[in-house]
Amino acid sequence: MSIPRERIRNFCIIAHIDHGKSTLADRLLEHTNTITERKMENQVLDKMDLEKERGITIKAKAVRMIYKAANGEEYLLNLIDTPGHVDFTYEVSRSLAACEGALLVVDATQGIEAQTLANTYLALEHNLEIIPVINKIDLQSADPDEAKREIEDIIGLGAEDAILTSAKIGKGIQEVLEAIVQRIPPPEGRHESPLRALIFDSLYDSYKGAVAFVRVLDGNIQPKQMIKMMSTGKIFEVTEVGVFNPDMQAVEILGAGEVGYVVASIKNVIDTRVGDTITDADKPAKEPLPGYKKAVPMVFCGMYPAEGEEYENLKEALGKLQLSDASLFFEPETSAALGFGFRCGFLGLLHMDVIQERLEREYNLNLITTAPSVIFKIVKTDGCKIDVDNPTNFPDPAEIEYIEEPYVEASIMLPTEYVGTVMDLCQEKRGTMRDMEYINEKRVILRYDMPLSEIIYDLFDHLKSRTRGYASLDYELTGYKKSDMVKLDILLNGEVVDALSFIVHKDRVYNRGRQITEKLKDVIPRHMFEVPIQAAIGGKIIARETVRALRKNVLAKCYGGDITRKKKLLEKQKEGKKRMRQIGNVELPQEAFMAILKMD
Amino acid sequence: MSIALYIHIPFCVKKCNYCDFNSFEALELIPAYLEALKKEISDLKGKGYTVSTVYIGGGTPTILKDEELVSLLEILHQSVHITSDAEVTIEANPGTLTRQKLLSLKTMGINRLSLGLQAYQNRLLKIMGRIHTVEEFEKNYETARKIGFDNINVDLMFGLPEQQVEDFYKTLEYLVGLCPEHISCYALSVEDGTPFYRLWQKGALPLPSEEDEREMYHRAVEFLTGKGYNHYEISNFAVSKRESKHNMVYWSYKDYLGLGAGAHSFFNNERFYNYTLIPAYIKSIQKSSSAVAYLEKICIEEQQAEFCFLGLRLLKGLSKEAFCRRFNKEITQVYGNVIGKLKKQGLLRENQKYLKLTTQGLDFANAVFVEFMP
Repeated sequence: MSIPRERIRNFCIIAHIDHGKSTLADRLLEHTNTITERKMENQVLDKMDLEKERGITIKAKAVRMIYKAANGEEYLLNLIDTPGHVDFTYEVSRSLAACEGALLVVDATQGIEAQTLANTYLALEHNLEIIPVINKIDLQSADPDEAKREIEDIIGLGAEDAILTSAKIGKGIQEVLEAIVQRIPPPEGRHESPLRALIFDSLYDSYKGAVAFVRVLDGNIQPKQMIKMMSTGKIFEVTEVGVFNPDMQAVEILGAGEVGYVVASIKNVIDTRVGDTITDADKPAKEPLPGYKKAVPMVFCGMYPAEGEEYENLKEALGKLQLSDASLFFEPETSAALGFGFRCGFLGLLHMDVIQERLEREYNLNLITTAPSVIFKIVKTDGCKIDVDNPTNFPDPAEIEYIEEPYVEASIMLPTEYVGTVMDLCQEKRGTMRDMEYINEKRVILRYDMPLSEIIYDLFDHLKSRTRGYASLDYELTGYKKSDMVKLDILLNGEVVDALSFIVHKDRVYNRGRQITEKLKDVIPRHMFEVPIQAAIGGKIIARETVRALRKNVLAKCYGGDITRKKKLLEKQKEGKKRMRQIGNVELPQEAFMAILKMD
Repeated sequence: MSIALYIHIPFCVKKCNYCDFNSFEALELIPAYLEALKKEISDLKGKGYTVSTVYIGGGTPTILKDEELVSLLEILHQSVHITSDAEVTIEANPGTLTRQKLLSLKTMGINRLSLGLQAYQNRLLKIMGRIHTVEEFEKNYETARKIGFDNINVDLMFGLPEQQVEDFYKTLEYLVGLCPEHISCYALSVEDGTPFYRLWQKGALPLPSEEDEREMYHRAVEFLTGKGYNHYEISNFAVSKRESKHNMVYWSYKDYLGLGAGAHSFFNNERFYNYTLIPAYIKSIQKSSSAVAYLEKICIEEQQAEFCFLGLRLLKGLSKEAFCRRFNKEITQVYGNVIGKLKKQGLLRENQKYLKLTTQGLDFANAVFVEFMP
């Protein structure tokens, strides 16, 4: 590394989904010739197919650029990418902790969104130098002055020297690079102090094992060095250090202020926890870097293979995903209805969606998931306290003293014309309003105390549909509150189907019971007998529907010896049967389990 | 070697509104088609087949002119040995029959007629798109009797649009009054691609309720068995010894050859069928004297399944001994679990020799058959 610390800049980009973060990153890479246009695939930073499709960044990554500035000097720029979703707030905060500055990208046609705001506040807490960038100014509906005003009004940042860009057409990129060099301070850090490196992300490589992405704050790190993970005390020998070019490229040493990766024959990413501090095993630092938290799953659900024989494959796939995702939790679970499967824990709903999609796409698994649940804290009449994230473990109501459920503070940013409808929605979701803040005459922030369970249920979908996609949501766990929760059971033909049970607030239970029985009536095929569908709390039936009995299933004629056709029909019926879950003598299609997940 | 022959005549004056059989209104193709068909038939020459049943089906075989039918049967007799007691059936649409034609059929050795009446109500025949009336049917039926046809089947359908249970009951009463030897009662199924299907999709096909449809079937069983008919297959009834030999070949898993466009064959554990489109069939026969469009070897597991689900269509049931003879295995070795489960569900019952559908099993035959699928 011939570039001295004074000419290193570590920065990240804060932006809302679709405001142009990835495109801007691409332009920076092109402009600094980090990647030639020929090699350039759109949006280099978003590596997973899934991310490309959804246009969001799920995992933080880093890339290194060499930039020859207007003053003639070469600068080393490390761009640390941050995930753009509320589930990953902790990971965002670790990425920010690895930087000295941030580009705040705001869409000139949309203004600031809730997530951007939350992340900008996080960046300010970390004393990052923030450079406002107003993007998409090439669009006709762009209103850069309004965007500037919002930055000043909402965040309280001076926006007079905001940079106007169009990442799409490559406008303003040079100015951004110059601002990074001139306005973001170089990293501080002492080469001579004991090693302290912050892990801000990790990945699993089948050859190298767990790879930790680090920002070195003090000291140096190099191959053969013995390192210690300060949260666990585990010791490893470094086999390789390197930088992102943007692909991994080995270097001899990583010094204070630098960003790169560390390989140390670590078998599992659980040992490269985001936020942990790497130090020298022989000369350890006295204190780890602040802010380390173990990632705690907040949302749980059961995941079952649609076909029983896939159980081993599911287990293997979850194991593989966990190698690169320390926040994914799973343990075996058995359901009377669904057989063998896993109870899985996630940071949030998006995390859950992502894992489910990856299992289905990358591992070709067909899954049945049960209704997501938060962790309820239940105090029993005997004084015993239990955590319940699975309706199966919900105690007999007679044994319950009280129940607490997790609450969040939800911030919803939206155009003023939707305030009424969103307030109604929040009320339906058991929210209580904290405050309402007018950003300007067009936009408002609503803050609500709301149960997390309502958010994971379907708040996002409703929010989007009721505001035509104009509202954005951020939330932060605030603690637990007493709540009147009950367990709703679904009975088919008189038998409780464990996989269809869920925990719901008492005020909601009648409504939900009715909706679910109605929906199940539509998806359960007719049997040779009548199938009653009931929703019940304890022994009390609160809703009932019936699937009419099928009267016949017989083919009258055999067309001139055409057995092939008849056989095809039987094969089709057989296939259909295979996809069914046999519960007692009722056959349940996969859609039945989906019915629980989403209601309109 | 004794086999059954099916000969397909894929032409109709007008296709019925429920029909998705392989038949066309392109009557101008008849001469070329018959040329090809005769070639396919004469290719059987020298193979040493003995034919115990012939079934000329369609379409509407009686759409052919007398001389066309005569020459077809001539070729057939020249090509294979038809036993003296063979059952030779022709399907006949009452709208295409005359005394003259019936006489010709009789003289050319056809000894069984299958007449499509379908319903006793002209308004229902009209809805179905049939080209005949009840009166025409009756006239032809009487003529056939006078001429000496002593083995007549009449096809009926139930579950028709706008058909009341009472309509069907009247149809049964009327028909039994004519004393046909054999009655087929087919449930209407609305097949993709038919005019009925298009109406059904639009919600404009006033089908009877499922309950009524089943009542029609149950009534037919009760009424016809009460009148001395033997309910010997899910949809078929016959007086003693007049069960259709040809259809029995299908149910009892014996070999048959199908000739003509789209005709299906089962021979030496292979299933195959000819090109269904008439020009494709003709072209293929001209070029290679074979018109097989698809052939499938039936593996042993599938043979067992087919053996069972075909045999179970018969009311006397599936012979456990016959299974054992054919597959060298006790049926319980292969289907013990399935049989146990279906018995428990009340869909199957068995005695020493046979395994058969229960009354409820008749309504849910497919649910039974599907369990036998590999």
